[in-house]
Amino acid sequence: MLRRSRAGTALAGQPPAPAGGRGARRLLVPGVLYLGVFFVLPVGTLLATSLYAPVPGGELGQYTPALRWQNYPEALGAFWPQLVRSFAFAGAATVVALVVGYPMAYVIAVRARGRRTLQGLLVVLVVAPFFTSFILRTIAWKQILADGGAVVGALRWLHVLPPDGRVSATSAAVVVGLTYSFLPFMVLPLFAALERLDPRLLEAGADLYAAPATTFRRVTLPLSMPGVVAGTLLTFIPAVGDYVNSSLLGNSTTTVMIGQVVDARFFRLLDYPTAAVLSVVLMVTILVLVTAYVRRAGTEDLV
Amino acid sequence: MTAVGTDDPTVERATAAGAALEIEGVSRRFGDFLAVDDLTLAVASGTFFALLGPSGCGKTTTLRMVAGLERPSAGTVRLAGQDVTGVPAHRRPVNTVFQSYALFPHLDVLENVAFGLRRRRTRDVRARALEALELVELAHLADRRPAQLSGGQQQRVALARAVVNRPALLLLDEPLGALDLKLRRRMQLELKRIQAEVGITFVHVTHDQEEAMTMADTVAVMNRGRIEQVGAPADLYEHPRTAFVANFLGQSNLVPGTVVEVLDGGRVLGVDVAGTRLRVPAARSVAAGPRVLVGVRPEKIRLVGADEQVGTAHDVLRGGTVVDTSFTGVSTQYQVDVGALGTVGVFAQNAGGTPVHPPGTPVALAWDPDFAFALDGDEEPAAGTVDLDDEP
Amino acid sequence: MTRLRLGGAVVPTFAALGFLFLLVPVAYTVLFSFNDGGKTNLVWRGFTLDAWRNPCGAPRVCSALVGSLQVGAVSTVVATTLGTLLAIGLVRARFGGRPAVDLLVFLPMATPEVVLGAALVSQFLSLRLPLGFGTVVLAHVMFCLSFVVVAVKARVSTLDPALEQAAADLYATPWQAFWRVTFPLLLPGIGAAALLAFSLSFDDFIVTSFTSGGFTTFPKFVYVSATRGIPPQANVISSAMFVLALLVVLVVQVVARARRR
Repeated sequence: MLRRSRAGTALAGQPPAPAGGRGARRLLVPGVLYLGVFFVLPVGTLLATSLYAPVPGGELGQYTPALRWQNYPEALGAFWPQLVRSFAFAGAATVVALVVGYPMAYVIAVRARGRRTLQGLLVVLVVAPFFTSFILRTIAWKQILADGGAVVGALRWLHVLPPDGRVSATSAAVVVGLTYSFLPFMVLPLFAALERLDPRLLEAGADLYAAPATTFRRVTLPLSMPGVVAGTLLTFIPAVGDYVNSSLLGNSTTTVMIGQVVDARFFRLLDYPTAAVLSVVLMVTILVLVTAYVRRAGTEDLV
Repeated sequence: MTAVGTDDPTVERATAAGAALEIEGVSRRFGDFLAVDDLTLAVASGTFFALLGPSGCGKTTTLRMVAGLERPSAGTVRLAGQDVTGVPAHRRPVNTVFQSYALFPHLDVLENVAFGLRRRRTRDVRARALEALELVELAHLADRRPAQLSGGQQQRVALARAVVNRPALLLLDEPLGALDLKLRRRMQLELKRIQAEVGITFVHVTHDQEEAMTMADTVAVMNRGRIEQVGAPADLYEHPRTAFVANFLGQSNLVPGTVVEVLDGGRVLGVDVAGTRLRVPAARSVAAGPRVLVGVRPEKIRLVGADEQVGTAHDVLRGGTVVDTSFTGVSTQYQVDVGALGTVGVFAQNAGGTPVHPPGTPVALAWDPDFAFALDGDEEPAAGTVDLDDEP
Repeated sequence: MTRLRLGGAVVPTFAALGFLFLLVPVAYTVLFSFNDGGKTNLVWRGFTLDAWRNPCGAPRVCSALVGSLQVGAVSTVVATTLGTLLAIGLVRARFGGRPAVDLLVFLPMATPEVVLGAALVSQFLSLRLPLGFGTVVLAHVMFCLSFVVVAVKARVSTLDPALEQAAADLYATPWQAFWRVTFPLLLPGIGAAALLAFSLSFDDFIVTSFTSGGFTTFPKFVYVSATRGIPPQANVISSAMFVLALLVVLVVQVVARARRR
């Protein structure tokens, strides 16, 4: 039995003579080389840079290859608040995006099913923000949330904000901005997962005496988990490293995220080793978190 | 058919009607699994040949090696006398009807059929494609997309797409597997008619013994990467040489025994089966030694009363009890327990007048010893029978 | 059927609020392209078509746009080609190194843009490559590549390998089999991947800001202008791109629907 099934997969997966085997492997070469030269190598350079030491008596921005491990405790000691804040803001934005995005994806995939025009229109509305500049949209938020704007006026009138309260330049503004920026990345994978959902499964759930909420919790949500995992990752990862929202919508002290620090160290202070240390820490932390999360969610097949 | 305009000598040969196929010592290995094991086979030009076996027996791999879609690990494949082992699929004068049909979803029916003609830069592509579609009675659907056709129609398009190229050899990989029973019966006859009409050599792979026997001139029974037996359907059925063939083609009752005497001037063997003496024609025995498996087909056995006298022309097995009775219309199928020999199957023709024996009836089994056969005693009596765990 | 409709009208209401959230800044951007706001364009001061009549009126805005379009076009072509090959290879090739290649494709997507930007610029600097159009394209191809692979791979894995075998069986050379069967069947996936790559490249700011040196793209122009005030011409260009993209999507949908008939 085992032998047979193994033979079966060998037969089914056996590539055709023209495109298969070695031929197919050759197709990988250019892309793998590209990623090797422009991803693996740069990350290696980044690792090396993170250990560089300043040239003794040299000018600003002059460094020499070294194994200066104290770069790590020094950089982390100085910038751990920004690092922690980045993960906290990105986590908050991801949760908000999931809560806001799930009903959107559900309506597009399940409620609009069968009505192709409506479905197409709603998908276009989700991707529409992609077509106007990301920076311009963030600046639009800055102006919408500005102190004299309608949103702040309304919040003051409702006594959600004190009479002199403000939204702009707060943590809340940065989290709203992050949520907004990456919401389509949450909605699209959720939509893709929910679209595959067989409506007969929901009927089966209802048939087996499940209340709508129970059907959702026991059938819909578990089946959309691949979309939830993909969506949260596609939201969380760029949000952690983003500095456009925090620099446009935040203030210069209590909302600074790690991306801003890296940018400033790199370009204004020419402090390449510190920028590299923070980048490496950021990358490693994300990889550890993502691996743990994916393991826990049980969806290994992401690519 | 007009000659095909191409410089390729291999393809040129395709225009001749049906070529002979010879497979010699071919093996195919996937990792440590030997899918096809030193297979040798000859298919005569212009015949309808069936390769029959259970799933996983290596028949599809064999077919794919003939098509050029798979490379043998060892051995040679010859078409019309020419070695084509190393010739890639697109240069072989061989066409295949795939199990999944593999119709190109982005092309309409006509363009699907014309695909091979266009690759070979044939003249009158449209006319010839339409002609092939007429052969399968689908010319009126020429501008449809495959997705708009029923399974049976798709099957016929796949057939037309292959036949239109007038290949030296047409390979059919379980082409009727996805069709329901009635349609399958019709298509079996249809395929037979088309084969007769075009005269191309057909090699048909199937796991359905009835389909193989209905359609093919010659059937090769395959098991575990090897050929068990080759012959005309009736020959295979009446003269099985292995337990696998005896059980896979129809059903057989196989019981172990020992040859104890030679009768009738060497023409008949006397076999002791659990204390009962049975006779087997010596010509119908393939056993090398005295240990044999005696076989009798269920429809050859007659149920008689437990103590009923039977003439010496028949062999009798007594002390049986009916344990199961299934009425199928044309016949009644019994399972009879005969003690130490286990359970024996019996098919009684529903010719009228014969009583149906309910379970529990004590009976004796009688048959004409001319229909008995003997296989090698070392064989597993259950080889080739249906195992519920075995079928996918 | 009503029993299956989760929460009656509650869910669509929440969804509508989500769509509103998504579209308010877009509407704001479009609205302020008609503002008679002078150079800073911060508050609404009156309707005008001035900026639309003269979209290149603000200094450097159009050269930034052209830069973005060029980077987007080149990056899209290169990333789509490499990514399509990689996707086909990943689905078809059978070899032990596949998990490693999968990881190599996944990692750039799991790396924040600041890290990619910092890594690339370190690399370019150590190679003494002058920063500019070329380095921006090299960087964009890199981060678009993974997304192209994912998009095309989804399509390749739905492709029945028997179709290519049928093509070979019907006398098509490997080259013909690819162009006549594989490519047309992958085209929707490749097209979607190319659109994705272009929009990622066109709208990228962070990686661009690290790798561009003195070269300016449209997002960089906007970001740099933000401190002094963004000219309404930027809103005009952005709104025009928005309308254009909507038209492209619409045409693609109409064509796809016509094909299905």
